[in-house]
Amino acid sequence: MPLPTRAKITASAKENDIVTTLQLEPEAALPSSPYPGQFFMLWLPGFDEKPYSAAGVSPISISVGARGPFSKRLAGLKKGDSLWLRGPYGKGFELKGKRILLIGGGYGFAPLRFLASEAKKKGISATAICGARSASLLMKPAACKTVFTTDDGSQGMKGNVLAAAEELFKKEKFDAVYTCGPERMMGSVARLAKENGADCRLLLERYMKCGIGVCGHCCCGEKLVCFDGPCFGPEILENPDFEKFRRDKCGKRVPL
Amino acid sequence: MLRTKLCGFNLKNPLILASGIRGNSADLLIRAAREGAGAATSKSCSPLPREGHSNPTMVEEGGVMMNAIGLSNPGVDEEIGEIARAVKEAGVPIIASVFGKDEAEFAEAAKSISAAKPHMLELDISCPNVHREGMMFSSTPEDASRVVSAVRKAAGIPFSVKLSPQVADIGAVAKACVESGADCITAINTMGGMYVDAKARRAVLNNWFGGISGPALKPVSLKCVYSIRKAVGEKVPIIGTGGIATGTDAVEMLMAGATAVGIGSAGILRERAFEKIASEMETFMKENGYAKTSQLGLDGRA
Repeated sequence: MPLPTRAKITASAKENDIVTTLQLEPEAALPSSPYPGQFFMLWLPGFDEKPYSAAGVSPISISVGARGPFSKRLAGLKKGDSLWLRGPYGKGFELKGKRILLIGGGYGFAPLRFLASEAKKKGISATAICGARSASLLMKPAACKTVFTTDDGSQGMKGNVLAAAEELFKKEKFDAVYTCGPERMMGSVARLAKENGADCRLLLERYMKCGIGVCGHCCCGEKLVCFDGPCFGPEILENPDFEKFRRDKCGKRVPL
Repeated sequence: MLRTKLCGFNLKNPLILASGIRGNSADLLIRAAREGAGAATSKSCSPLPREGHSNPTMVEEGGVMMNAIGLSNPGVDEEIGEIARAVKEAGVPIIASVFGKDEAEFAEAAKSISAAKPHMLELDISCPNVHREGMMFSSTPEDASRVVSAVRKAAGIPFSVKLSPQVADIGAVAKACVESGADCITAINTMGGMYVDAKARRAVLNNWFGGISGPALKPVSLKCVYSIRKAVGEKVPIIGTGGIATGTDAVEMLMAGATAVGIGSAGILRERAFEKIASEMETFMKENGYAKTSQLGLDGRA
């Protein structure tokens, strides 16, 4: 793996009240092309470095939810500005089956939208559910049929993604479900998929330092999110930390 | 064929998860054991919790890896539970690594973590990326000796001392540790380094400096282990660590004088690393007529 590579921002588009999607052009060739579910370590020199899921491959794009100091600064980058990146890292989604369901909560929908585009290239039929608390926090649709849900009913179906998924499962059969969003939401999706005989893959998030499987900071039980994941299958439901614990900056196991 | 005796403990093979690799958690130590490690060392812990340095804390380029994680750890009180569970469930010897900002803290951490009943301790007196906090005690035989003596009084279990390659005479430092009561020497820790990104006009690591590990470190660790073996004689066990990625690397390390071999960043990124390295060692030994690891010595070693 090479050192971090400088990348120029080639486009920046605000998707909703908090999410900005950036398009990047790395100045040196990356060791590999990112596929959905993989992540980059993004570095703003003098500031910090954090993991972000790939949201697209050509051009490489990243969706940023502006919540903390780092993400706000990242989301504020304009065309022509620079950031540095290393990666792509981790094991992402593998497309399987003929009919798939994508379920995203908040900006967790970004890597699924990338996955929908890849599924389309391969002729796999995808349906997506994109949920948020309200219309002003919804992401843009994927390159497939996209059902929107909002907690307050301000757009799409009123309710959460799980209710929409239950409705879909009553009418249709899916070979696999792919999900990204809050961990407990993903847990519920994984259990729903299981009940309906569908395979499931989800993307975990933990506090990361090295990003490459050495330091152990991102562990969830005995799994390393950066190295074994961030994509995990239904077996993660048996993991003692899943939906329950994370590690803080000191490595202490604390409630999620 | 690979069975190894280390400080009175029987290891099924000489491969030991090195400290600082895969964190402080019981689950990851247990996993290393399940994946074939002969013993496992926890990430160093101190009397109080530490967040470590901010990111970037790791860079890699070819065979060079460089980190400044900054000794993040949940503190010894929290670590006791993790180590105790690892000792119960891993089925291999567990080595608990500790550090402190002075000899009193080293002794305190060593004494506290002993409550978890680890098989051994390792004293990290050589982390290169916390210089500004003055935690490098392996620079001189005198400093190392002071820490070792304090821990010897406080801890009733065997312990190893992890040394830095960045000294004039690593053999003299090792000898001082042994004479002050250390049971074993671990060599080496990472080596200080720095990367600059010219376009960013910045040091890449947030801490500016970091510790070099990975395959690039192997020639340094082989030389250090060889020098230590000459200085401490044949009886003192040495855990040779630094740049070991394959079975051949591990054999080279034993030939240079190590009793056991630490597996860190160079080897750990291989899937099922311990299993593979062990099987590569066995293949080498069979093909070259060795029946046990104690027969692996350098021809012409003076």
